Amino acid sequence: MTTPEDRAPGEAEPFSETGEGHGTGVLVYTIGLGVAVLLTATSFWVANTPALWGPGVGLGLAVLAVAQMGVHLVFFLHITTGPDNTNNVLALAFGLLIVFVVMFGSLWIMNNLNENMMPSPDLMNLHMQR
Amino acid sequence: MSIAAAADHGPPPIPASEAGPAPKRIYVSFGFWIFLLSDIVMFSAFFAVYAVLVNATAGGPNGAELFSQTNVAIETACLLASSYTCALMSLAVASRNRLQTYLWAAVTFVLGGAFLALELQEFSNMIAEGATPQRSAFLSAFFALVGCHGLHVAAGLVWLIVLMAQLTFEGFRARVERRLLCFALFWHALDIIWVGLFTVVYLMGVRP
Repeated sequence: MTTPEDRAPGEAEPFSETGEGHGTGVLVYTIGLGVAVLLTATSFWVANTPALWGPGVGLGLAVLAVAQMGVHLVFFLHITTGPDNTNNVLALAFGLLIVFVVMFGSLWIMNNLNENMMPSPDLMNLHMQR
Repeated sequence: MSIAAAADHGPPPIPASEAGPAPKRIYVSFGFWIFLLSDIVMFSAFFAVYAVLVNATAGGPNGAELFSQTNVAIETACLLASSYTCALMSLAVASRNRLQTYLWAAVTFVLGGAFLALELQEFSNMIAEGATPQRSAFLSAFFALVGCHGLHVAAGLVWLIVLMAQLTFEGFRARVERRLLCFALFWHALDIIWVGLFTVVYLMGVRP
Protein backbone atom coordinates (compact mmCIF):
# COMPACT_ATOMS: atom_id res chain seq x y z
CA MET A 1 0.00 0.00 0.00
CA THR A 2 1.41 3.34 -1.01
CA THR A 3 0.29 6.79 0.08
CA PRO A 4 -3.42 7.20 -0.52
CA GLU A 5 -3.53 9.19 -3.73
CA ASP A 6 -5.43 12.45 -4.05
CA ARG A 7 -8.52 12.17 -6.14
CA ALA A 8 -8.96 14.35 -9.20
CA PRO A 9 -12.03 16.62 -9.03
CA GLY A 10 -14.90 15.10 -10.98
CA GLU A 11 -13.62 11.57 -10.66
CA ALA A 12 -16.21 9.11 -9.39
CA GLU A 13 -13.99 6.20 -8.37
CA PRO A 14 -10.32 6.06 -7.53
CA PHE A 15 -8.64 5.77 -10.93
CA SER A 16 -8.66 2.24 -12.36
CA GLU A 17 -7.32 1.11 -15.72
CA THR A 18 -10.06 -1.44 -16.18
CA GLY A 19 -12.96 0.96 -15.72
CA GLU A 20 -14.59 -0.99 -12.90
CA GLY A 21 -17.47 0.47 -10.96
CA HIS A 22 -19.47 1.42 -14.07
CA GLY A 23 -22.74 0.11 -12.60
CA THR A 24 -22.45 1.95 -9.29
CA GLY A 25 -21.42 5.07 -11.24
CA VAL A 26 -24.69 5.07 -13.20
CA LEU A 27 -26.61 4.54 -9.95
CA VAL A 28 -24.90 7.52 -8.26
CA TYR A 29 -25.58 9.82 -11.22
CA THR A 30 -29.20 8.64 -11.45
CA ILE A 31 -29.80 9.31 -7.76
CA GLY A 32 -28.26 12.76 -8.22
CA LEU A 33 -30.49 13.45 -11.21
CA GLY A 34 -33.58 12.31 -9.30
CA VAL A 35 -32.85 14.54 -6.28
CA ALA A 36 -31.98 17.49 -8.54
CA VAL A 37 -35.25 17.10 -10.49
CA LEU A 38 -37.18 16.92 -7.21
CA LEU A 39 -35.53 20.10 -5.88
CA THR A 40 -36.05 21.96 -9.18
CA ALA A 41 -39.72 20.98 -9.29
CA THR A 42 -40.12 22.11 -5.66
CA SER A 43 -38.50 25.46 -6.54
CA PHE A 44 -40.94 26.07 -9.39
CA TRP A 45 -43.86 25.04 -7.17
CA VAL A 46 -42.72 27.30 -4.30
CA ALA A 47 -42.39 30.27 -6.67
CA ASN A 48 -45.94 29.89 -7.99
CA THR A 49 -48.11 28.53 -5.20
CA PRO A 50 -50.33 30.92 -3.25
CA ALA A 51 -50.32 28.46 -0.32
CA LEU A 52 -47.09 29.79 1.20
CA TRP A 53 -46.44 32.95 3.19
CA GLY A 54 -45.28 35.50 0.58
CA PRO A 55 -42.28 37.08 2.33
CA GLY A 56 -40.82 33.64 3.10
CA VAL A 57 -40.81 32.48 -0.52
CA GLY A 58 -37.53 34.21 -1.41
CA LEU A 59 -35.68 32.59 1.48
CA GLY A 60 -37.23 29.21 0.66
CA LEU A 61 -36.08 29.49 -2.96
CA ALA A 62 -32.56 30.41 -1.82
CA VAL A 63 -32.41 27.38 0.49
CA LEU A 64 -33.64 25.08 -2.30
CA ALA A 65 -31.05 26.48 -4.71
CA VAL A 66 -28.18 26.01 -2.25
CA ALA A 67 -29.38 22.46 -1.55
CA GLN A 68 -29.46 21.67 -5.26
CA MET A 69 -25.96 23.10 -5.76
CA GLY A 70 -24.79 20.81 -2.96
CA VAL A 71 -26.43 17.82 -4.64
CA HIS A 72 -24.70 18.68 -7.93
CA LEU A 73 -21.34 19.03 -6.17
CA VAL A 74 -21.62 15.68 -4.42
CA PHE A 75 -23.31 13.52 -7.06
CA PHE A 76 -21.98 15.04 -10.31
CA LEU A 77 -18.64 16.59 -9.33
CA HIS A 78 -17.87 14.01 -6.60
CA ILE A 79 -16.59 16.56 -4.10
CA THR A 80 -16.66 14.57 -0.87
CA THR A 81 -15.23 14.94 2.62
CA GLY A 82 -12.85 11.99 2.18
CA PRO A 83 -9.12 12.45 2.87
CA ASP A 84 -8.35 12.04 -0.85
CA ASN A 85 -10.46 15.13 -1.55
CA THR A 86 -8.90 17.58 0.92
CA ASN A 87 -7.29 19.80 -1.74
CA ASN A 88 -10.50 20.00 -3.78
CA VAL A 89 -12.62 20.87 -0.74
CA LEU A 90 -10.18 23.53 0.49
CA ALA A 91 -10.15 25.21 -2.93
CA LEU A 92 -13.95 25.08 -2.98
CA ALA A 93 -14.16 26.58 0.51
CA PHE A 94 -11.94 29.49 -0.48
CA GLY A 95 -13.98 30.05 -3.66
CA LEU A 96 -17.20 30.08 -1.64
CA LEU A 97 -15.70 32.60 0.81
CA ILE A 98 -14.94 35.01 -2.05
CA VAL A 99 -18.37 34.43 -3.59
CA PHE A 100 -20.13 35.29 -0.31
CA VAL A 101 -17.94 38.36 0.29
CA VAL A 102 -18.63 39.67 -3.23
CA MET A 103 -22.38 39.02 -3.23
CA PHE A 104 -23.42 39.87 0.33
CA GLY A 105 -20.84 42.65 0.58
CA SER A 106 -22.22 44.33 -2.56
CA LEU A 107 -25.83 44.00 -1.45
CA TRP A 108 -25.07 45.23 2.05
CA ILE A 109 -23.08 48.26 0.90
CA MET A 110 -25.53 49.24 -1.85
CA ASN A 111 -28.51 48.96 0.50
CA ASN A 112 -26.72 51.13 3.04
CA LEU A 113 -25.90 53.70 0.37
CA ASN A 114 -29.51 53.76 -0.81
CA GLU A 115 -30.77 54.23 2.72
CA ASN A 116 -28.28 56.95 3.64
CA MET A 117 -28.10 58.92 0.39
CA MET A 118 -31.74 59.07 -0.61
CA PRO A 119 -34.09 61.47 1.19
CA SER A 120 -36.88 58.90 1.59
CA PRO A 121 -37.78 55.46 0.30
CA ASP A 122 -40.50 56.95 -1.95
CA LEU A 123 -38.09 59.34 -3.59
CA MET A 124 -35.53 56.59 -3.94
CA ASN A 125 -38.14 54.49 -5.68
CA LEU A 126 -38.89 57.34 -8.08
CA HIS A 127 -35.21 57.81 -8.69
CA MET A 128 -34.71 54.12 -9.49
CA GLN A 129 -37.66 54.05 -11.86
CA ARG A 130 -36.96 57.17 -13.87
CA MET B 1 4.96 -16.09 7.87
CA SER B 2 6.51 -12.67 7.63
CA ILE B 3 6.33 -12.88 3.81
CA ALA B 4 2.61 -13.65 3.95
CA ALA B 5 2.10 -10.72 6.33
CA ALA B 6 4.03 -8.46 3.97
CA ALA B 7 1.85 -9.61 1.04
CA ASP B 8 -1.26 -8.77 3.03
CA HIS B 9 -0.19 -5.33 4.15
CA GLY B 10 2.33 -4.37 1.46
CA PRO B 11 5.22 -2.01 2.05
CA PRO B 12 4.73 0.64 4.74
CA PRO B 13 2.97 3.79 3.49
CA ILE B 14 5.24 6.47 2.07
CA PRO B 15 4.86 9.90 3.72
CA ALA B 16 3.32 12.49 1.40
CA SER B 17 6.52 14.56 1.52
CA GLU B 18 8.49 11.67 -0.01
CA ALA B 19 5.88 10.43 -2.49
CA GLY B 20 7.05 12.63 -5.37
CA PRO B 21 4.85 14.64 -7.72
CA ALA B 22 1.20 13.67 -8.17
CA PRO B 23 0.18 12.08 -11.48
CA LYS B 24 -0.55 14.54 -14.28
CA ARG B 25 -4.23 13.50 -14.31
CA ILE B 26 -4.56 14.77 -10.72
CA TYR B 27 -2.95 18.17 -11.07
CA VAL B 28 -4.41 18.93 -14.50
CA SER B 29 -7.95 18.49 -13.24
CA PHE B 30 -7.11 20.24 -9.95
CA GLY B 31 -5.84 23.23 -11.94
CA PHE B 32 -9.02 23.18 -13.98
CA TRP B 33 -11.02 23.04 -10.73
CA ILE B 34 -9.22 26.23 -9.62
CA PHE B 35 -10.14 27.86 -12.95
CA LEU B 36 -13.78 26.85 -12.50
CA LEU B 37 -13.85 28.34 -9.01
CA SER B 38 -12.43 31.61 -10.35
CA ASP B 39 -15.09 31.51 -13.06
CA ILE B 40 -17.74 31.10 -10.36
CA VAL B 41 -16.24 34.09 -8.49
CA MET B 42 -16.61 36.11 -11.71
CA PHE B 43 -20.24 35.02 -11.98
CA SER B 44 -20.82 36.07 -8.37
CA ALA B 45 -19.88 39.63 -9.40
CA PHE B 46 -22.49 39.50 -12.19
CA PHE B 47 -25.03 38.11 -9.71
CA ALA B 48 -24.25 40.93 -7.27
CA VAL B 49 -24.70 43.56 -10.01
CA TYR B 50 -28.01 42.00 -11.03
CA ALA B 51 -29.29 41.85 -7.45
CA VAL B 52 -28.37 45.51 -6.88
CA LEU B 53 -29.97 46.72 -10.13
CA VAL B 54 -33.02 44.46 -10.27
CA ASN B 55 -35.42 47.29 -9.34
CA ALA B 56 -33.75 49.94 -11.51
CA THR B 57 -36.13 49.47 -14.42
CA ALA B 58 -36.21 53.18 -15.41
CA GLY B 59 -39.92 52.92 -16.19
CA GLY B 60 -39.29 50.00 -18.56
CA PRO B 61 -40.55 46.42 -18.29
CA ASN B 62 -39.63 44.38 -15.20
CA GLY B 63 -38.93 40.68 -14.85
CA ALA B 64 -42.52 39.66 -14.12
CA GLU B 65 -43.64 41.19 -17.43
CA LEU B 66 -40.80 39.73 -19.49
CA PHE B 67 -40.02 36.22 -18.30
CA SER B 68 -41.88 33.08 -19.34
CA GLN B 69 -41.72 30.37 -16.69
CA THR B 70 -42.57 27.61 -19.16
CA ASN B 71 -39.58 28.56 -21.27
CA VAL B 72 -37.31 28.60 -18.22
CA ALA B 73 -38.62 25.20 -17.07
CA ILE B 74 -37.81 23.66 -20.47
CA GLU B 75 -34.36 25.30 -20.49
CA THR B 76 -33.68 23.95 -16.99
CA ALA B 77 -34.80 20.46 -17.99
CA CYS B 78 -32.52 20.54 -21.07
CA LEU B 79 -29.47 21.62 -19.08
CA LEU B 80 -30.07 19.17 -16.22
CA ALA B 81 -30.58 16.28 -18.65
CA SER B 82 -27.44 17.26 -20.57
CA SER B 83 -25.48 17.27 -17.30
CA TYR B 84 -26.69 13.70 -16.70
CA THR B 85 -25.80 12.52 -20.21
CA CYS B 86 -22.40 14.21 -19.84
CA ALA B 87 -21.87 12.14 -16.68
CA LEU B 88 -22.83 8.99 -18.63
CA MET B 89 -20.27 10.04 -21.26
CA SER B 90 -17.61 10.23 -18.51
CA LEU B 91 -18.48 6.66 -17.49
CA ALA B 92 -18.24 5.52 -21.13
CA VAL B 93 -14.81 7.18 -21.35
CA ALA B 94 -13.71 5.46 -18.12
CA SER B 95 -14.63 2.06 -19.61
CA ARG B 96 -13.06 2.98 -22.99
CA ASN B 97 -16.32 2.46 -24.84
CA ARG B 98 -16.01 4.56 -27.99
CA LEU B 99 -19.54 4.04 -29.35
CA GLN B 100 -21.22 4.98 -26.06
CA THR B 101 -18.92 7.99 -25.72
CA TYR B 102 -20.04 9.29 -29.12
CA LEU B 103 -23.69 8.53 -28.33
CA TRP B 104 -23.76 10.38 -24.99
CA ALA B 105 -21.66 13.23 -26.37
CA ALA B 106 -24.20 13.63 -29.19
CA VAL B 107 -27.13 13.65 -26.74
CA THR B 108 -25.28 16.17 -24.53
CA PHE B 109 -24.62 18.36 -27.56
CA VAL B 110 -28.25 18.26 -28.74
CA LEU B 111 -29.60 19.11 -25.27
CA GLY B 112 -27.07 21.92 -24.80
CA GLY B 113 -27.92 23.21 -28.28
CA ALA B 114 -31.63 23.15 -27.46
CA PHE B 115 -30.95 25.16 -24.29
CA LEU B 116 -28.98 27.72 -26.25
CA ALA B 117 -31.63 27.96 -28.99
CA LEU B 118 -34.38 28.58 -26.42
CA GLU B 119 -32.29 31.25 -24.71
CA LEU B 120 -31.51 33.02 -28.00
CA GLN B 121 -35.20 32.90 -28.93
CA GLU B 122 -36.08 34.46 -25.56
CA PHE B 123 -33.46 37.19 -26.09
CA SER B 124 -34.69 38.01 -29.61
CA ASN B 125 -38.32 38.14 -28.40
CA MET B 126 -37.33 40.54 -25.63
CA ILE B 127 -35.35 42.74 -28.02
CA ALA B 128 -38.27 42.74 -30.48
CA GLU B 129 -40.49 44.04 -27.65
CA GLY B 130 -38.05 46.89 -27.03
CA ALA B 131 -36.50 45.32 -23.92
CA THR B 132 -32.93 45.80 -25.14
CA PRO B 133 -29.85 45.99 -22.90
CA GLN B 134 -29.85 49.77 -23.44
CA ARG B 135 -33.39 50.18 -22.05
CA SER B 136 -32.58 50.12 -18.32
CA ALA B 137 -29.90 49.17 -15.81
CA PHE B 138 -31.99 46.12 -14.90
CA LEU B 139 -31.96 44.89 -18.51
CA SER B 140 -28.22 45.60 -18.89
CA ALA B 141 -27.52 43.48 -15.82
CA PHE B 142 -29.92 40.76 -17.03
CA PHE B 143 -28.33 40.44 -20.48
CA ALA B 144 -24.81 40.55 -18.99
CA LEU B 145 -25.53 37.77 -16.46
CA VAL B 146 -27.66 35.43 -18.58
CA GLY B 147 -25.69 36.19 -21.75
CA CYS B 148 -22.41 35.36 -20.00
CA HIS B 149 -23.79 31.96 -18.98
CA GLY B 150 -25.05 31.43 -22.55
CA LEU B 151 -21.57 32.25 -23.92
CA HIS B 152 -20.11 29.63 -21.59
CA VAL B 153 -22.58 27.04 -22.89
CA ALA B 154 -21.75 27.95 -26.48
CA ALA B 155 -18.01 27.63 -25.74
CA GLY B 156 -18.69 24.25 -24.12
CA LEU B 157 -20.50 23.01 -27.25
CA VAL B 158 -17.56 24.02 -29.47
CA TRP B 159 -15.17 22.35 -27.02
CA LEU B 160 -17.22 19.14 -27.14
CA ILE B 161 -16.98 19.00 -30.95
CA VAL B 162 -13.21 19.53 -30.77
CA LEU B 163 -12.88 16.75 -28.17
CA MET B 164 -14.91 14.31 -30.28
CA ALA B 165 -12.65 15.08 -33.26
CA GLN B 166 -9.59 14.43 -31.06
CA LEU B 167 -11.12 11.17 -29.84
CA THR B 168 -11.70 10.11 -33.45
CA PHE B 169 -8.16 10.84 -34.58
CA GLU B 170 -6.16 10.11 -31.41
CA GLY B 171 -8.26 7.51 -29.61
CA PHE B 172 -8.35 7.10 -25.83
CA ARG B 173 -4.97 8.65 -25.14
CA ALA B 174 -4.16 9.94 -21.67
CA ARG B 175 -4.20 13.57 -22.83
CA VAL B 176 -7.60 13.17 -24.54
CA GLU B 177 -8.99 11.53 -21.41
CA ARG B 178 -7.71 14.40 -19.26
CA ARG B 179 -9.45 16.90 -21.54
CA LEU B 180 -12.68 14.90 -21.40
CA LEU B 181 -12.48 14.92 -17.58
CA CYS B 182 -12.03 18.71 -17.62
CA PHE B 183 -14.93 19.11 -20.04
CA ALA B 184 -17.23 17.12 -17.73
CA LEU B 185 -16.20 19.36 -14.81
CA PHE B 186 -16.90 22.46 -16.90
CA TRP B 187 -20.32 21.20 -17.99
CA HIS B 188 -21.42 20.28 -14.45
CA ALA B 189 -20.21 23.66 -13.16
CA LEU B 190 -22.33 25.43 -15.79
CA ASP B 191 -25.35 23.53 -14.51
CA ILE B 192 -24.57 24.65 -10.94
CA ILE B 193 -24.43 28.28 -12.11
CA TRP B 194 -27.74 27.80 -13.93
CA VAL B 195 -29.34 26.63 -10.66
CA GLY B 196 -28.43 29.97 -9.07
CA LEU B 197 -29.48 31.80 -12.21
CA PHE B 198 -32.97 30.40 -12.63
CA THR B 199 -33.61 30.88 -8.91
CA VAL B 200 -32.37 34.45 -8.61
CA VAL B 201 -33.36 35.83 -12.01
CA TYR B 202 -36.42 33.91 -13.10
CA LEU B 203 -38.20 32.46 -10.04
CA MET B 204 -37.57 35.40 -7.69
CA GLY B 205 -38.19 37.77 -10.64
CA VAL B 206 -41.64 36.50 -11.58
CA ARG B 207 -42.85 36.33 -7.96
CA PRO B 208 -46.01 38.45 -7.71
